[in-house]
Amino acid sequence: MARRQVTTLRSLLTAAVLVAVAAGCSTRAAEDRPVTRQITIHYSQFEETALSVPHGVPVTFVLVNEDPIEHEWLIGDAAFHNRHRHGTEAHHGARPNEVSIPPLATVRTTITFGEPGAQQYICHLPGHEAYGMVGTLTIT
Amino acid sequence: MRRLMIPLVAAAALLVTASPALACGGLIGPNGAVNLLRTTTFAGYHDGVEHYVTSFEFAGGEGEFGSIVPLPDVPTDVVRGGDWTLQRLVLETQPAQRGGFFLGAAAGAADSAQVLLETKIDALEITILRGGGDEVGLWAADHGFRLPPDAPEVLDFYAERSPIFMAARFDADAARERGQNIGDGTPVHLTIPTDNPWVPLRILALGRQAAETVQADVFLLTDERPALLPDPGSVLGVNGLSLDHAAPATGQLLADLRSDKGMKWVPDSAWLTKVTIDTAAPDLRFDLAIDASGLGQPSLQDAGFAPFGPAPAPVSQTLVWVLLVAFTLMLPLGGVALVAYAARGARLTPPPAGA
Repeated sequence: MARRQVTTLRSLLTAAVLVAVAAGCSTRAAEDRPVTRQITIHYSQFEETALSVPHGVPVTFVLVNEDPIEHEWLIGDAAFHNRHRHGTEAHHGARPNEVSIPPLATVRTTITFGEPGAQQYICHLPGHEAYGMVGTLTIT
Repeated sequence: MRRLMIPLVAAAALLVTASPALACGGLIGPNGAVNLLRTTTFAGYHDGVEHYVTSFEFAGGEGEFGSIVPLPDVPTDVVRGGDWTLQRLVLETQPAQRGGFFLGAAAGAADSAQVLLETKIDALEITILRGGGDEVGLWAADHGFRLPPDAPEVLDFYAERSPIFMAARFDADAARERGQNIGDGTPVHLTIPTDNPWVPLRILALGRQAAETVQADVFLLTDERPALLPDPGSVLGVNGLSLDHAAPATGQLLADLRSDKGMKWVPDSAWLTKVTIDTAAPDLRFDLAIDASGLGQPSLQDAGFAPFGPAPAPVSQTLVWVLLVAFTLMLPLGGVALVAYAARGARLTPPPAGA
């Protein structure tokens, strides 16, 4: 009887360990899975105007421009956008948070956000922000 | 964030303007702003051919500007327009404003779009294109035009009905070298065989902010009084459109027009219509369809109304009249019924208590 109880207890412990290991593996797998967000631009509008991503992990943004005109995707805080509203750069691409998207093209960029918070992504080509090319990214 | 990478800008507009103080209609400036001004267009339709006359005005400045004008069909000829056709039409309907006319500007264009015709008129380089909205937009980008953010939707709006566009590039430096002064216009005359004449209006709002207005004059010369859609003479009114003139063209006007260069096609008798547009840019989401056949059936499609465009069609003028007549006929019948009901009610009402 006592021997049977010990065997049962051992089985339960083994099962618990297996469940714990499996859960750990699953969590690790989820963390390792790349985070991707697609933003489509159509008729000079971001179709996704509110997105959420985790902080501390690389996030790949797939920017799909369905228009025959060029657009930009610039993400940052208020001071960042204020600078770009008055900037003079003709083309973006050197920094992952400043991207020019040619007509009818798809561009990918990967960013790791360090802190939770909210940032806006805007197209700063003349007239495009006023036309509504603004979106908000929430970093959790 | 870029402020102007290319000195060449693109715009879309139609033509001309009517006052010397006004200039550069519809052209988009290097900072993306659109100069506001009144534009004037002439569309004559005779023997199945639309004669479309517009003018591009030298308004000063430097570099190049451009504009795109959608067309109902492929033009067989694009030449320098006559010297006084537009001004003469303005005089015909605004005799009190003699002395001040003039001319304005217009449009631009593509990569995989098919180039049907190229020509140069003074400081204007004109290209006739065939292509969808994407194709024309790409062609425009490849040729240095910078289209405003509403261009993709507007180009699709037109390309789905007629994939023909006129792109015009205006070289201000060349104009200055030619001795053109500010206010000098370059009229352009397109000869377009088509069964479906229409005048593009929505393109006039291209690049304009929501708070801006569009002002334009459209002159039509047709064999008979045309039916228009939207109908600026509708009893319900059409937002932003008004019928300023509708009468048989005078013999003197026809003779004056016929004496201008390229205007020998003007018939001996015709009907002159002037439509004035004065509306908020976001409300101008249609074109002006013309039925000059006498059948009185301008096309919903040519006007770009739903299901061919974003704006619902206005209530039919015929339906309005039918409803008015029906209401007028029903009114006396309703009155009789009301009186009968009241009389019956009086008979059934019991006398007041204590009476």
